[in-house]
Amino acid sequence: MLKGKVALVTGASRGIGAAIALELAARGADIAAVCRSGREAAEGVCAQCRERYGVRAEVFLCDVADGEAVKETVARVRAAFGTVHILVNNAGITRDGLIARMKEADFTDVLNTNLLGAFHMIRHCSGLFLRNREGCIINIASAAGLMGNAGQSNYAASKAGLIGLTKSVARELAPRGIRCNAVAPGFIRTDMTRDQENAPLLAGIPLGSMGEPEDVARAAAYLAEADYVTGAVLRVDGGLAM
Amino acid sequence: MYFDAIAKIVAERTGCSVADVKPESRFADLGIDSLDTVELLMNLEDVIGMEIELDQKVETVGALDRFIQSKQA
Ligand SMILES: NC(=O)c1ccc[n+]([C@@H]2O[C@H](COP(=O)([O-])OP(=O)(O)OC[C@H]3O[C@@H](n4cnc5c(N)ncnc54)[C@H](OP(=O)(O)O)[C@@H]3O)[C@@H](O)[C@H]2O)c1
Repeated sequence: MLKGKVALVTGASRGIGAAIALELAARGADIAAVCRSGREAAEGVCAQCRERYGVRAEVFLCDVADGEAVKETVARVRAAFGTVHILVNNAGITRDGLIARMKEADFTDVLNTNLLGAFHMIRHCSGLFLRNREGCIINIASAAGLMGNAGQSNYAASKAGLIGLTKSVARELAPRGIRCNAVAPGFIRTDMTRDQENAPLLAGIPLGSMGEPEDVARAAAYLAEADYVTGAVLRVDGGLAM
Repeated sequence: MYFDAIAKIVAERTGCSVADVKPESRFADLGIDSLDTVELLMNLEDVIGMEIELDQKVETVGALDRFIQSKQA
């Protein structure tokens, strides 16, 4: 049960982030739903959290790649909810392309949102965690960060980086009772993978099908409650990256 | 002067007496590690109501006191 806990979820307007917000709310957590521009969708997610589960839920617009904006957003969440107990770094983008042709901006944009964004959030929430002497960070990485993926060198680099970040933060903050884990999803049915439902891809997945956002959400909720688990990378990928 | 505020937080943290904390006391000798120093600064921020960006290494209680005073000036 996460009753009385405040969860800040980035990228909560749709896809995996929306499912995570709902799953944490179902377990009693109040939700600070962060997204960049999808306010209307995020408002819908928050309304569901409130109506179905009776928790508090509010939208905060913020580009996670912008350190100053993140600092301000964490302060606004603190003012509204008192503190943060659970941080889920889920906001992420892709800019796929072959390495021989990839523009520098495609590389840096992906790193800035997926990796630097998580850094900014952890950096600015860590003070609250240290004050509380508890905290739980969940980073949504990817099977691509474990296996690599042709055409996704930027994305895979950001997700592999996120795994190194996860383990270092786990070690650094463990003495204060603060945990940090990652989830590594495989192919999950969201906007991000809209055009990818094809046979050869599915053939690479031992369980033979794509996953749903709820599969990842349940893994995140498990990590939120797993008091003795830190530095773990939990694959939710139908066996793809084993 | 933030010496008294720092000494109080150090004493609370380590269980030593406030009188044992001197300006020349080194944090390492007091049993305060780098993560403790970060926490100590956050507690101080709450007490004095200003943000302290610690961008240099401070080894003694007196040095931290002077550092904060220099930031406030
Ligand atoms: N889908 C998959 O198969 C899969 C597999 C492995 C890992 N993942 C990872 O899972 C996470 C969620 O993926 P998804 O498939 O749910 O993606 P999605 O449907 O495309 O949703 C992305 C979310 O991230 C937000 N976002 C993007 N850039 C942002 C920024 N700079 N600042 C704040 N929010 C930002 C979006 O907000 P707006 O609505 O405001 O744009 C949206 O809420 C990502 O980190 C992704 O890499 C996904």
